[in-house]
Amino acid sequence: MAQISRDEVAHLADLARIDLDDAELDHLAPQLNVILEAVASISGVAGDDVPPTSHPIPLTNVFREDVVVPGLTAEQALSGAPEAEEQRFRVPRILGDEQ
Amino acid sequence: MSDTLVPFDEVVAAYDPALGLEIHVELNTNTKMFCGCPATFGGEPNTQVCPTCLGLPGAMPVVNGKAVESAIRIGLALNCEIAEWCRFARKNYFYPDMPKNFQTSQYDEPIAFEGYLDVDVEGETFRVEIERAHMEEDTGKSSHVGGTDGRIHGADYSLVDYNRAGIPLIEIVTKPILGAGEKAPLVAKAYVSAIRDLIVALGVSDARMDQGSIRADVNLSLAPKGSGVLGTRSETKNVNSLRSVERAVRYEMSRHAGILSAGGSVLQETRHFHENDGSTSSGREKSDAEDYRYFPEPDLVPVAPSREWVEELRATLPENPATRRARLQEEYGFSDLEMRDVWASGALPLIEATVAAGTSPQSARKWWVADLLRRANDAGVELAEVGVTPAQVAEVQALVDAKTINDKLARQVFDGLIAGEGSAADVIEKRGLALVSDDGPLIAAIDDALAAQPDIAEKIRGGNHAAAGAVIGAVMKATRGQADAARVRELILEKLA
Repeated sequence: MAQISRDEVAHLADLARIDLDDAELDHLAPQLNVILEAVASISGVAGDDVPPTSHPIPLTNVFREDVVVPGLTAEQALSGAPEAEEQRFRVPRILGDEQ
Repeated sequence: MSDTLVPFDEVVAAYDPALGLEIHVELNTNTKMFCGCPATFGGEPNTQVCPTCLGLPGAMPVVNGKAVESAIRIGLALNCEIAEWCRFARKNYFYPDMPKNFQTSQYDEPIAFEGYLDVDVEGETFRVEIERAHMEEDTGKSSHVGGTDGRIHGADYSLVDYNRAGIPLIEIVTKPILGAGEKAPLVAKAYVSAIRDLIVALGVSDARMDQGSIRADVNLSLAPKGSGVLGTRSETKNVNSLRSVERAVRYEMSRHAGILSAGGSVLQETRHFHENDGSTSSGREKSDAEDYRYFPEPDLVPVAPSREWVEELRATLPENPATRRARLQEEYGFSDLEMRDVWASGALPLIEATVAAGTSPQSARKWWVADLLRRANDAGVELAEVGVTPAQVAEVQALVDAKTINDKLARQVFDGLIAGEGSAADVIEKRGLALVSDDGPLIAAIDDALAAQPDIAEKIRGGNHAAAGAVIGAVMKATRGQADAARVRELILEKLA
């Protein structure tokens, strides 16, 4: 039986920088529990001889040659940036008051 | 700076230090870890980027095989086991230098683990146990605008260049280093130095600490002497020279002791090191930010190096740097002091090549360490890039041995070689640097000098041979340094015998 507490959901939301208010937490925490329970049922089917997988295709060692491939120009790279300065991405102040 | 510092000898009398070092090595592959962007240092901002290393939607990473090869070679050189199967993992955090909002790293399945490195500390061998070496990618470079000194604190905003984001890194992590006692600062320095030497010998990185291609994080904790426990540690980030590693350990030992002896507890936090006064200051406290929610990277398949490949790579390992150093010192007959300078300046491979071209070890050492090193330092380049090859040094020394030129003229030949004026022979020809080989002009210059200083001739005749020095000086001046001083001396003494 999977259980994720309201506090844990609040913590995860904080780590993921998702701002949830109390009402949203009340609403979402039980939903996440339902999802976890559904996924947990797979554990019941898979025995110890079935290892967890991280990739659906049984491949290993897919390597690239160490050869330069043309990328983007600085103009292209910065074209989607809300703000740029000196050919660099301009980002808001990194350390806020809470940190 | 309000830290209470306990004098170092009092620290080691009361506490046992535990060290831990994390070293990031930036590989010198042509391309980045997961995309084909150039991995070279110093391009114009954001010109070595693509959708993959910018973390744009839909971009798919592919592992650089050469970086895996370098990782395995580093692991083997550190006497590590090489994983038969391992994966990359996402380390999730929010920071603008990582555009994907995660760093692709390795978590509980590093490519190399359980090794060791023996380091020399004041003639004693100290074994440092290696916990792991894993593959990951570098971050972008931020510059902070506003505030007082370009630092992140108090900045109004930051500018990010992602050229460095995605460059392959190998992170080498030690187990806690215990029992170093008062030698802890030296052990830390010797370990970082040994890692750098190893990386140079492997040829897998530029290994420039000043340019950040090798960066060390220094973990330190203290425990009451003999207690056998591990205290709370601090992690001093990005300590970027060997001397700074030693100073950072020393400072943190004194600072921790100041807190502990006043009955306080050390905060588990990152610290920034300050080159100017050797102090550290608080970075960020370790808390929720440490919860990286690692999970296996779904866009990359596992790395499973065959044992055959691992053995092939093992066969490419160079001679252990410490062994090589001891062997060549003995072969060349260098004193410990001479060898230290040779090693620290990176001159050893150049001297080796110069000796192979027929020069005596001491002559090779003299040119590389005494003369060319100064030029390299003045020009701000590595010794190997000073503009003179080992073959040229051998050629110049052969000309000195043949008395075609002397040491002083040889320096001018190096000037010409660096200026690209052709071969040593060309430079001598063009600049008219050859020694006067005919005795005629020398005798004429000696006669002039003696005529100008008649009392000196009397002194020499009277047996005061040291007085010949003044005449030799005058002759050297008259020939603009192009006389063989030993020959001039012979001629003077013959003349006045």
